[in-house]
Amino acid sequence: MKTLVWVEHEGGALKDATLSTVTAAAKIGEVHLLVAGEGVGAVAEAAAKIAGVAKVHVADSAAYAHALPEAVAPLVVELMAGHDAFVAPATSHGKNIAPRVAALLDVMQVSDILSVEGDKTFTRPIYAGNAIATVKSNDAKLVVTVRTTGFEKAAAEGGSAAVEAVLASSMGEGSAFVGQEISKSERPELTSAKVIVSGGRALASAENFHSVIEPLADKLGAAVGASRAAVDAGYVPNDYQVGQTGKIVAPEVYMAIGISGAIQHLAGMKDSKTIIAINKDEDAPIFQVADIGLVGDLFQIVPELTGKL
Amino acid sequence: MKVLVPVKRVIDYNVKPRVKMDGTGVDLTNVKMSMNPFDEIAVEEAIRLKEKGKATEIVVVSVGPLKAQETLRTALAMGTDRAILIQTDETVEPLAVAKLLKAVAAEEQPGLVILGKQAIDDDSNQTGQMLAALMGRPQGTFASKVEVEGDSVTVTREVDGGLETVKLALPAIVTTDLRLNEPRYASLPNIMKAKSKPLATKAPADYGVDIAPRLETLKVSEPAKRQAGIKVADVDELVAKLKALGVAA
Repeated sequence: MKTLVWVEHEGGALKDATLSTVTAAAKIGEVHLLVAGEGVGAVAEAAAKIAGVAKVHVADSAAYAHALPEAVAPLVVELMAGHDAFVAPATSHGKNIAPRVAALLDVMQVSDILSVEGDKTFTRPIYAGNAIATVKSNDAKLVVTVRTTGFEKAAAEGGSAAVEAVLASSMGEGSAFVGQEISKSERPELTSAKVIVSGGRALASAENFHSVIEPLADKLGAAVGASRAAVDAGYVPNDYQVGQTGKIVAPEVYMAIGISGAIQHLAGMKDSKTIIAINKDEDAPIFQVADIGLVGDLFQIVPELTGKL
Repeated sequence: MKVLVPVKRVIDYNVKPRVKMDGTGVDLTNVKMSMNPFDEIAVEEAIRLKEKGKATEIVVVSVGPLKAQETLRTALAMGTDRAILIQTDETVEPLAVAKLLKAVAAEEQPGLVILGKQAIDDDSNQTGQMLAALMGRPQGTFASKVEVEGDSVTVTREVDGGLETVKLALPAIVTTDLRLNEPRYASLPNIMKAKSKPLATKAPADYGVDIAPRLETLKVSEPAKRQAGIKVADVDELVAKLKALGVAA
């Protein structure tokens, strides 16, 4: 079986999500990659070096600059004539593009796979991760998105795949990129950080979030996350949100500060290796999943902790 | 411009789902069911477009069991105009739902279809994108802002790194994210009024769509449980733990 993997990249570099997705694809079949974008020569070269990759298809065109699904899906569909499975990370690009491809191929997509169990059989979380379904696809071709925390990263070096330029005959239209506001941060990225410090509603204001959570995160070299409540209240931007419909993370250490632990939040972080919770309510559900808990006032505890580290 | 809003009846988001002992699924007997929260946001957005004079009529549609009528009545009580129930007791996968919606859209000719980005039961996050593909129309997924102007819609999207804005030619498909709006509650008089709003009942076969599932669910199981942890008494103990974990020097 030949797989076609969507390569996630940014600023001319591969993203870690690509490497986890390659690992998932390798369990399904031979790994071919698709690098789509504008001026992506360097990305394609880096992609060709990923261990276990047999071929890299490069679609370099202004039309693919922002990975608009209207432009990209027809390209993927054409390439799928020679592949059996389209495999994309469950990133915002992957979630945007893969179902569009699936529908054009008349395939029912398997979203957010956690593992590959065998021939066209996968596990995936449902009900915010409160249940795990094992599903088998009966379609001729596969379209799969991958929960990247479920798979180890493939080695970025060691491969020497052939690189081949491709261009779709149809482009799709009706959509135009207008602009973007991308959060700039010196901190590690949420989905690939080893340590995450997350804050919740109990922070009570954006000022408190900055003055309490961020110094601790910086001391630990951690990424900063947030519960939905903190994002809704405007303490931090949307891309900080960890949860069922936000980012799914599984760092070595996840610190939940002033987060009660709604099931929607737990869905996004309960696969973390060690969970540490700080909350003044000792009955907060977060303590049911935490490995280490400290009951008390975060406004006293967190500055003291930051000072002692 | 007509707006079409598909809605799904799902387990209430406050209920903790329980996996059935026989591993065939999640137990939904005597469980509170509600409109999928993202669909509520979609309904609200359509109503706001109507209030701004951008939309003329809002049609809500649901694919599901007879009880999905309640979900449609809720949408009508919020302020939509007309409802269609495509009634079936089968589990209908996103691809089949998208095909049914395409058929409804062919009849209704909406300028905009607004859907929730995902249902909180199967967490697929597929239907809107699939509908856009089948209709050959542009898509604005995970919307946090929607502005209709003339023959286009500008959608601000919540993406991994922050926000992205795209401009789509109408007709277009939009899927909602959490921060697009805060849905209203239906008032009692509106709930009463909704009872007399039109609700048509159809069957999947009326649209000539085969809803046979493509995925086979082999089993549904509980996720691995985390062991209950320990409580530390003070910050010094927590610092020691962090050092033991190797995250603090």
